[in-house]
Amino acid sequence: MLHIVNKSPFDTGSLASVLRVAKKDGGAVLLIEDGVYAATKNSATEASLKAAGMPVYVLQPDADARGLQSRLMDGVNMVDYGGFVDLVAGHDNVQSWL
Amino acid sequence: MKFAIMVSEGPYTHQATDSAYQFAKAAIAKGHEVTRVFFYHDGVNNGTRLTVPPQDDRNIVNRWSEIATQNNIDLVICIAAAQRRGLLDENEAKRQGKDANNIAPGFRISGLGQLVEAGIQSDRLVVFGD
Amino acid sequence: MSDDMDFEEGGTIKKFMFVNRKAPYGTIYALEGLEVVLISAAFDQDVSLAFVDDGVFQLVKGQKTDGIEMKNFSPTYRALEGYDIEKLYVDRESLEARGLSEDDLLVDVQVMSAAEMGDMMAQQDVVISF
Repeated sequence: MLHIVNKSPFDTGSLASVLRVAKKDGGAVLLIEDGVYAATKNSATEASLKAAGMPVYVLQPDADARGLQSRLMDGVNMVDYGGFVDLVAGHDNVQSWL
Repeated sequence: MKFAIMVSEGPYTHQATDSAYQFAKAAIAKGHEVTRVFFYHDGVNNGTRLTVPPQDDRNIVNRWSEIATQNNIDLVICIAAAQRRGLLDENEAKRQGKDANNIAPGFRISGLGQLVEAGIQSDRLVVFGD
Repeated sequence: MSDDMDFEEGGTIKKFMFVNRKAPYGTIYALEGLEVVLISAAFDQDVSLAFVDDGVFQLVKGQKTDGIEMKNFSPTYRALEGYDIEKLYVDRESLEARGLSEDDLLVDVQVMSAAEMGDMMAQQDVVISF
């Protein structure tokens, strides 16, 4: 299952809930909109993403818009909207954690 | 693959409808089909033709109308959510005794069953909201 | 799409999960989400509801809305059984973190661990979140 998170982890618990509840096997996390802030290097959330146990993807256009290009943590995969589509198509199901 | 999309927020305040649009555009560019976009909650406000955004900004409503016309996407505004928020098509305005209607081209008003049906008939339903 | 999809009477039966993570009244998501759930009953799909995070507040007993002049829609959760919607899943940790237990809820639910909830979600064909 692809888990989409669109909220800043400094504002809501959406990402924390995904990391707590999501089935790791076959799971992946895609950060979009304000969700991309979670992938900031040296942030309080970097360690939790590293320990996600699932691949973590970041929507590049959203990261770029927010000035994160040079401050992204290692170990996340950048995708564009086409990559977003591929991720949805490539997983059996998808859930947006609104 | 057949994609359906649900948009739960209105234009300009939240990015949800922008993200949904970019997703739809990318899916079509990759040869997928976007069968239906269902607008719910404040998302119904994406379907008013009376928006007048500044000229140097994107026109979110027109953008949906255009991509829908070009790619045969069914843009559905939830009737229950729309009535609460003042979105009316011609028939509904007449039925409710209102003096105006405001639905943009390419959008239609219908029931919540269209969302469930979209989930049944598509391969993936992706929700964009807040 | 999951491999275990059933076909019955020529129609597809999909697993639909409605995920509720927001409290009632402060925003309309819980109420309008419930409206979708009720409509979904007419489509003979395999429907379940998940209550996670503040979504568990939707189910607490003793909601009295006279003072805010909003409709108390909490009795509707008890009516779901009449629509053959009986799979109500509640995340235990969300309950406990909010000082709640199953006794505080107004309807029979299945309280489950995060791992069980994650498994349940992973089995779905369509997940609609509000």
